[in-house]
Amino acid sequence: MAYIIDENTKVVVQGITGHQGSFHAGEMIKFGTKVVAGVSPGKKGTQHNGIPVFDSVMDAMSTGANATMISVPAPYVKDAAYEAIDAGIKLIYILTEHVPFHDTLEIFHQTRVRGIRLLGPNGPGATRPGVCKIGIMPNQIFRKGDVAVASRSGTLTYEIVNAITQSGLGETTVVGLGGDPVVGMTFIDALKLFYEDPATKRIVLVGEIGGNNEEKAAKYIVEHGDKTKKVVAYITGRSAPKGKRMGHAGAIIERGVGTAESKIKAFSEAGVKVAGYPDDVPGLLR
Amino acid sequence: MNLYEYQGKQLFSRYGIPIPDGYVVDNKDKLKKFEHPVVVKSQILLGGRGKSGGIKFARKAEELAPAVNELLGSKIRDYTVKQLLVEQMLDIKKEYYVSIALNRADRAPVMIASPSGGVEIETVPDDKIFRKNIDPLLGYSTFLGKEAGSFMGFDKDLAAQFSKILQQMYRLFIEYDCELVEINPLVQTGDGKLVAADSKVVVDNDSLFRHKDLNNEDPEKTPLEREANEKGYAFVELDGKIGVIANGAGLTMATLDALTLHNGKPRNFLDLGGTDSTEIVVNAFDLVLKAKPEAILVNIFGGVTKCDTVAAGIVEAKKTYNIKQPMVVRLSGVREDEGRKILTDNGIDAFSEMMKAIEKVVSYVKVK
Repeated sequence: MAYIIDENTKVVVQGITGHQGSFHAGEMIKFGTKVVAGVSPGKKGTQHNGIPVFDSVMDAMSTGANATMISVPAPYVKDAAYEAIDAGIKLIYILTEHVPFHDTLEIFHQTRVRGIRLLGPNGPGATRPGVCKIGIMPNQIFRKGDVAVASRSGTLTYEIVNAITQSGLGETTVVGLGGDPVVGMTFIDALKLFYEDPATKRIVLVGEIGGNNEEKAAKYIVEHGDKTKKVVAYITGRSAPKGKRMGHAGAIIERGVGTAESKIKAFSEAGVKVAGYPDDVPGLLR
Repeated sequence: MNLYEYQGKQLFSRYGIPIPDGYVVDNKDKLKKFEHPVVVKSQILLGGRGKSGGIKFARKAEELAPAVNELLGSKIRDYTVKQLLVEQMLDIKKEYYVSIALNRADRAPVMIASPSGGVEIETVPDDKIFRKNIDPLLGYSTFLGKEAGSFMGFDKDLAAQFSKILQQMYRLFIEYDCELVEINPLVQTGDGKLVAADSKVVVDNDSLFRHKDLNNEDPEKTPLEREANEKGYAFVELDGKIGVIANGAGLTMATLDALTLHNGKPRNFLDLGGTDSTEIVVNAFDLVLKAKPEAILVNIFGGVTKCDTVAAGIVEAKKTYNIKQPMVVRLSGVREDEGRKILTDNGIDAFSEMMKAIEKVVSYVKVK
C-alpha cells in the first residue's frame, strides 16, 4: 500500500453502526472501494448494508482487511487505533474530530515505529478516482486526471476539486490531512508520493493558518522538488484574528507563528503560485 | 483552556515543583497574618498583567490591606479581578525561563529553556535558548535534564534541582493533556533554591472530558461566542458588517478572506459543520442575527450537507426571524438545483459561483 490506497486496499470500518460510519461505508462501496468488514462490539455475526460485522479488528482480519476507517467518538479513538495497530492494519485513517492531541501524538509515534501510515484525525480521507477512496469525500466531484491535491480542509477541498474537475482537468489523488494541530500524514509526506507518482503532473496544496507545515513543505519543494511538476497553493485565514481558533483545532495563530502571510511568502519564494481565491486554482494549474 | 496562575501553582505543588508560600483571597477579610514581605497578584487569564498594574508589593504589614483593596474588583481590559494570589516575596538572585510545549511540525513535546528569564521568550535571542524535542515513546529521561542544565550554566546542585523540575513538568504536561507548561521566571533564590515564581499552564480543550476538575471560562470569548459554542457551532465574532454562514472551517475561512479582499468585512465566522438538518441552519441564523449584521452571506458547498436542506432552513429562518437585511446565498454541489429553486421561489438571491455571491453581498454594504 505504498500510495496511501490502491486496488488491494481492503477497508474495515471501526464504528460501522454509527450514523457517519454507516452512511460513508455505503458511499465508499459505490465509489468502488472494497469495504470488507465492520467492527461494532456486541454485533458479531450481523450484516450492515451487506458488510459483515465483527466484535474486534482482530476477528475482522479474516476478511483480508489491511486499512481501517475509525469513526468512533473522540474519547475512544486511541483505543480503536491501538486495536488496529495490534491487529496488523497498515493504514489507519481517523475521521473523528476533537481527539485530544496527546492521544494523536501517542498513536502517531506508535504507527511511525511500526511503518504504519496514519491519516488524520479530523480529515476527509483519501480518494483516487478510478481506484478507490477511504473517507467521506463526495463521490460526484471527481474525474480521473493528472492533478494531485493535499489539503488541511474538508469542504474547501471539495470546492477546489470540483473547480478542477469543472475546468476540464481531473485528479490522480486527493488527500485530506486533517484540521488538527497534530496529524499523521503531512504536506511533505504527500509531496513525496506526488513527486514519485508518474501519473501526477500537477500538484495543489491547500493550507491554512496555524503551525508551520506549509513553510516546511515550501522548503522541501526547493530542496527536493521535481521541477517538471507544477505546484499551486491556496492558503486560508488571511483575515483571521490572532489567537482565535477558526473552526479547526489547528487553525490558530499563536505567538506569532502560523500566519497566512508567512505561508504565502514561503510558497512564493519557493516558486509556487499562490491562488487569491479557490476558483483561481484551475487557471494557475494550466 | 488557560489556567489561572494559582491553579497552575497548585498543580506544580502536587507534582513537587517548588513554589513560594502563598494563598488565594477573594475577600479582604480573609487575609492571613502578615509574617514577611509579600507580592499581591491579580488572578486573570489575560497577558500583560504586570504592565496593567495588576501586581502590588507589600513590604510592611500596613501595606497589605490597601494593596488588596485596590486590586480586588479593579478592571484590567474590561475584566474584573475577583481573586488575588498573596505570595511570599522571593529573594531573587537570578531569573530563568523553562517550558514544555507542543512542537506541531515535529509532532513531539519540546523542552525550551533559557538563562534569560523574566522577559517574554520571543524577545530572547536564539543563541540564548535551548530547545530539544522529547520523543513521546522514550518520555523524559535524566540525560535531557543534564543537557539543558549544562546549557543553563548550572552547578551540580542547581542542575539536579533543574532536572527534577523538568521531569515533573513533563509528567504534568502528559497527565493533564497540556499544550503548554511554562515557568517564567524560574527564580534562583539567595539560598540557592530554584522556585517557580509564575505559572502558565494551557490544557487542550478537546481533553476536558477527562479533566472534569477544570472549567475556566475563556475571558477572550464574547457572550455571543460562548452561546454559539455551547450550541455546538464554531463561531468567532469579527468587526465587519457582513454576517456569514458557511459549511466547513476551511470554506468558511476562505469566505471571510474573499469578503475582506473585496473590502466587505465579515461580522463573524460560523461553520455549520457536516450536518443535514434545517434546524441547525435556522439556529445559525438566530446567532448571526444577534450580531446585527447589515447583510448576510450564506456560502454552501453541498456534500453531506445537502443544498436543498440548507435552502429549506434559510426560507424557514427568513419567516421565523422576519429577516430584513439583504441576503445572498451561494449553493453548489449536492442537490444544488433543487436548493436554488426553493430560494428563488421565495425571493432570495441564489448563485452557484462563490465569487459572484461575494461581489453581490459586498455591494449591499458599500458606503453610498
